[in-house]
Amino acid sequence: MRHFVEELETLKTSLLEMSALVEVAIQRSVIAVTQKDRSAAEEVFLNEAKINAKEIQIDDAAVSLLALQQPMAADLRLIVAVLKINTDLERMGDLAANTAQRAMSLMEVPVIKPMIDIPHIAGLVQSMVRKALDAFVQRDPVLARSVLASDDAVDSLRTASYHELVSFMEQDPQNIQQALDLLAVTRNLERIADHSTNIAEDVLFLVKGIDVRHHAETHS
Amino acid sequence: MQAPSRQTSADKQSASKVEDMDSVIPESHAAGSSQAQSGSGAVKLSATNLNFFYAKFQALHGISMKILANQVTAFIGPSGCGKSTFLRTLNRMNETIKSSRVEGEILLDGEDIFTQEVSAVRRRVGMVFQRSNPFPKSIFDNIAYGPRINGSPSRSELRDKVEQSLRRAALWDEVKDKLNQSAYGLSGGQQQRLCIARALAVDPEVLLLDEPCSALDPIATAKIEDLIFQLKSSCTLVIVTHSMQQAARVADNTGFFLLGKLIEFDSTAVIFKTPNKKETEDYVTGRFG
Repeated sequence: MRHFVEELETLKTSLLEMSALVEVAIQRSVIAVTQKDRSAAEEVFLNEAKINAKEIQIDDAAVSLLALQQPMAADLRLIVAVLKINTDLERMGDLAANTAQRAMSLMEVPVIKPMIDIPHIAGLVQSMVRKALDAFVQRDPVLARSVLASDDAVDSLRTASYHELVSFMEQDPQNIQQALDLLAVTRNLERIADHSTNIAEDVLFLVKGIDVRHHAETHS
Repeated sequence: MQAPSRQTSADKQSASKVEDMDSVIPESHAAGSSQAQSGSGAVKLSATNLNFFYAKFQALHGISMKILANQVTAFIGPSGCGKSTFLRTLNRMNETIKSSRVEGEILLDGEDIFTQEVSAVRRRVGMVFQRSNPFPKSIFDNIAYGPRINGSPSRSELRDKVEQSLRRAALWDEVKDKLNQSAYGLSGGQQQRLCIARALAVDPEVLLLDEPCSALDPIATAKIEDLIFQLKSSCTLVIVTHSMQQAARVADNTGFFLLGKLIEFDSTAVIFKTPNKKETEDYVTGRFG
């Protein structure tokens, strides 16, 4: 039993290492865009390989625990939650890498508009990611629910940004490439927010055993 | 042998001690509440405020639960928690124990089992034990034993009953060519299925299984578990098991016992995924003790 508990702790630690890598990737990708920082973008690309390797390592450890220890109740919910959060984190890492790629493209041209919306969205998204991961660490259902409540604000900002960027494209075809890059950045950030809500939902399943996905709230 | 004594239901109602027992019954699972259980079928067996004593030692404390018809109900818990004692109470098997005493009520289809002939109760509520215990007879005579003592079936009726029972126990194909050979020649898993076939030969309405797979290998265990699943359509099954995985695989509802008390009784999915009591959580995750 002690061995199993130790392995569970190791699994949790691995997921926290993974989340740290992903948080840094998101943060550096945002800096790459907002500050035209090439080294930050390159850092994200380097980070991606580590995130991918970590994803495989965590999946393997979790599946082994399921097969060999046949966990029940809270232990079972923890391992299932880790598997799902792991997948979300890896996708967030991919989105950060895509944002960094867009940043490299944006560095080649002068800005068509002051960078206001993206830092605002990025701040909200990074806060959601942080809260979702803190909720996992602290097993805090209240914090997890606060992440779910934040998602609408990100969606609204992204929609507003979309309309603004479309109008830039309509004004001058020369703006299209840059506007498309900026659209991709806001879309990536919005998807990162979606993944953080997935993590928050997984935390609620882990802590309370409830399924709140797709606006359902059922005890499993 | 000294006959076990028993308080009547009326005695029980007036006993203040019983009121104390009420407090240990999980509120959501006290008598009259079984909404959380899986399935909505008829209640086959119900226990209300059941206390059981081995002389002065109280082994069961105020157990109340409803066992639904055509469902598999599993009892889990550490050794000595009372799960087997409770199981054996369901067909009055404990009454063979000297100085034992039972209080409370057990209803089978709404009728008090303690007011019925014990042999009639055991005909309706059969039992299979941890260790297979075939009689020192042929395979055929093991199965035919029950029908013979319960009547005078013709030779052909008996043959039909033996075949039917062995088929229900998924053993017919393996033994049909050696019905006259000793039951002792069968493997452990086959002997256990023979005992199930023997129990089925008197058409019980409920089958109690006391750790039926604890001495069996994984293949024989899988066969018994398949059999439990098949029998569900014609029988109500109650199983005591030390294997939580087995309870999770076969049971619709699971009760967790600890120190003679029913701590939690709910659908098997709830017990193993999101138990409501800390004691249950600690036990199913192996952190007990």
